[in-house]
Amino acid sequence: MARQFMKGNDAIILGALAAGCRSYYGYPITPASEIAHAAALHFPALGGVFIQAESEIAAINMVYGTAGMGIRTMTASSSPGFSLKQEGLSYIAGAELPCVVVNIVRGGPGLGNIAPEQADYFQITKGGGHGNYRLVALAPNGAQEMCDLTMLAFDLADKYRTPACIMADGITGQMMEVVDIPEPKTVPYDHTSWCARGDSETRMNLISSIFLEPEDLEQHNLKLDKKYQQITAAETRYEEYRTDDADLIVVAYGVVSRIVYSTIDQAREEGLKVGLLRPITVWPFPSEPIRKLADSAKSFLAVELSTGQMIEDVKLAVEGRCPVHFYGRSGGMVPGGREILEQYRAILAGGTH
Amino acid sequence: MTTELKPYMDVDSELCKGCQLCLDVCPKSVIAISDKLNSSSYHPAYYIGDGCTGCGLCFYACPEPGAIRVVKP
Amino acid sequence: MAKVFEKPTSFYSNFERKTAGSKKSTHYCPGCGHGNVHKMIAEALEDLGLAERSVFVSPVGCSVFGYYYFNSGNFQSAHGRAAAVATAVKRTNPDSIVMSYQGDGDLAAIGTAETIHTANRGENITVFFINNAIYGMTGGQMAPTTMIGQRSTTTPGGRTEVDHGNPIKVCEMLATLPAPTFITRVGLGNSKQIMQTRKAIRKALKIQAEGKGYSFVEILAPCPTGWKMDPPDARDHLLSTMEDIFPLGVYKDTSEDVTEDHWKRVSLPFDVNKRHEYLQAMKTPLDLEPVELKQDLNCKFAGFGGQGILTLGLFLAQVGMKAGHQVSWFPAYGPEMRGGTANCSVNICKDRIGAPTVEHPNVLVAMNQPSVEMFEDEVVDGGWVFLDSGICTGTASADRLKVTAIPAAEMADAVGTPKVANVVMLGAICAATGTFEPDYVKDTLRVIVRKKELLEMNLAAFDAGWEFVKNG
Repeated sequence: MARQFMKGNDAIILGALAAGCRSYYGYPITPASEIAHAAALHFPALGGVFIQAESEIAAINMVYGTAGMGIRTMTASSSPGFSLKQEGLSYIAGAELPCVVVNIVRGGPGLGNIAPEQADYFQITKGGGHGNYRLVALAPNGAQEMCDLTMLAFDLADKYRTPACIMADGITGQMMEVVDIPEPKTVPYDHTSWCARGDSETRMNLISSIFLEPEDLEQHNLKLDKKYQQITAAETRYEEYRTDDADLIVVAYGVVSRIVYSTIDQAREEGLKVGLLRPITVWPFPSEPIRKLADSAKSFLAVELSTGQMIEDVKLAVEGRCPVHFYGRSGGMVPGGREILEQYRAILAGGTH
Repeated sequence: MTTELKPYMDVDSELCKGCQLCLDVCPKSVIAISDKLNSSSYHPAYYIGDGCTGCGLCFYACPEPGAIRVVKP
Repeated sequence: MAKVFEKPTSFYSNFERKTAGSKKSTHYCPGCGHGNVHKMIAEALEDLGLAERSVFVSPVGCSVFGYYYFNSGNFQSAHGRAAAVATAVKRTNPDSIVMSYQGDGDLAAIGTAETIHTANRGENITVFFINNAIYGMTGGQMAPTTMIGQRSTTTPGGRTEVDHGNPIKVCEMLATLPAPTFITRVGLGNSKQIMQTRKAIRKALKIQAEGKGYSFVEILAPCPTGWKMDPPDARDHLLSTMEDIFPLGVYKDTSEDVTEDHWKRVSLPFDVNKRHEYLQAMKTPLDLEPVELKQDLNCKFAGFGGQGILTLGLFLAQVGMKAGHQVSWFPAYGPEMRGGTANCSVNICKDRIGAPTVEHPNVLVAMNQPSVEMFEDEVVDGGWVFLDSGICTGTASADRLKVTAIPAAEMADAVGTPKVANVVMLGAICAATGTFEPDYVKDTLRVIVRKKELLEMNLAAFDAGWEFVKNG
């Protein structure tokens, strides 16, 4: 097995190349820039396209262009840059174009800082741009997943003709781990029926998100909604660790899920029956497994690098059947295992947060 | 089957929006505006039937893709 | 042969995408300039034989519905972004013929950045710029090209220099850039101008078809509705006022000097076998040689920027990778790494690694005193601490930690350069923790240190660190 010791950010491009992504359009921003560096190195070397765009907005609209040709394409940025892409994402979702967008989330709001956060959860999972749309959003928690989930994101994007997002934090982007180099794939989707490539086969096709008549736009929205329901039913992904008999279910994703993971066994040694549910897709959110766990667990704890965003989805899934506690750090502060363990002790001793 | 060999222009009166730009550019002043309204409530242009040289200027001055056709045999 | 002037076949015969009104006529107002330009573009695509592979990118504005008409691939794009969309289509399929068609608000206000940078990259596309000095679709507001004194719904008293700025002259601006091949301004004021416009459109598309680069055609066009004039008066107004502010002419034309396909980029399908070879070649060239790990190492390496702190972490992590363990390396990234201090976390574990950040290290390397003070309390009881004794003054936690004070920088200097102080530390770590044998680490260094002279010093530095711990 060929392996490479690499940054999470670089692993995204490894996955993209293996998935058959042909072009990358991006604008530099810390802590996502390594993705652009890797793209600039590798895409042209394989005959693909790399453009350092004049802005985040231009970059996402270039993605709109290539995605409208039915050809795999991507962009990546970090929080402030991702905010700028929202209009373009709304157009892409409205026009039902497959593409992959990456957000290596940093501290906000505003210029914030370049340290890791997960405070773009609302923006990514609840829309971000205007209109009725969703982003399929995958949250890797290590370099191998940065590669693997990027490949999956391209497949989901093509399968459902919809933009897919990799939501990672600054730590997952910047850290290096060993990654198995994947086998490249041919793209198993033929978009000739709708895409516009500038050839005679696709000459009749239109890429557009305009539906001038309210009746037509409502039908389009209903069609999109149906698609989102299908995605929810078929593509929700999550991972569980020692949840079977757990009194306390911790819900955490991305790098936080790893910090929590490292505390579970220790908690068990103390006699604290704690388990971890880790959303791999933050949209669609694993509401169903959480709802089921709420039948047996005594309480839930959402741990996030934010002041409380994903917790809303946990609460919706739990449906008020048991308390949902919250522990979050923000601004680039990352919780240590010790402070998370304190939360378990307090909650299981009857404390509330 | 027409035996007409002289140049002529033809206005599709339903597509004409009555902007009169073709009248303006016609070097022979052989286009006029109808008293009648078309179904879109425009007074369409029409060829007076004689004098067209087939220069095509009215075709390019007309903003509608299909309103004017000019034939120069 | 008879000459027939009629609707070009690169228009749809019926405008089926139109949702209201006749499927034969446009949605434009009487006397609008868009229709003329559409007609001449369609004619050129047909005459030049480009229609089959053409892509028309519609903007936001009155021509948002360009796709109703052109029998080509069609994109409707976000306001101001047509040039970015066109760029991507053309780069992805260099054989396509790509046109962006934009009004003054789209191209010269909200899309200024895309306009300038697309021109500056010399994208091999054609941009049609309809300048009618007003926002038509949104209701007659001031455009970037609205003239001084001109009234609009947002300049009810007329545009003034002080309150609203001057009209922007796009051709003049773009002509300062080296890359564009053809930049011209034409008009629709009378038949002579119209025929010049026709010629410019054909030339621009021909330049693109020949791979000769970026072509830009600005067309002064009437907006009778926005200007509140009859169509013939609007044409007269265009002649009498717009031309003074926006002089017609060719602003740049290097089409005779540019060789064919000079600006045609290459885009190739991604062959699977080629990608396989390419990706495999990326692998870290370390063969797996499993070594049992006596205990997990959770390391924090800290010091000044430039002391090789991050590299030390990378070296140790790759030794761990070769040994078949789970490894992670995480740098404190950002301005601090460029400015003064640097630190990184390395885990080498038997099982799945939890937090990649190391909260409580069992190995701390501190190469300056602030690092000692920042991290010593976090080290687990019985953990190893390695200090550069030539730089650090000492630790307050010596009673509960295994401290190795080693003059790493001085020893490194002795083997050739203080830069390899980090590898002296690596030798000390391996010796003190008993994790990896010298030959094993040195074999790894031989693979990952590419520069020969640096490698020799690294190997010597490692030995020095190892010996210092083993033999004092």
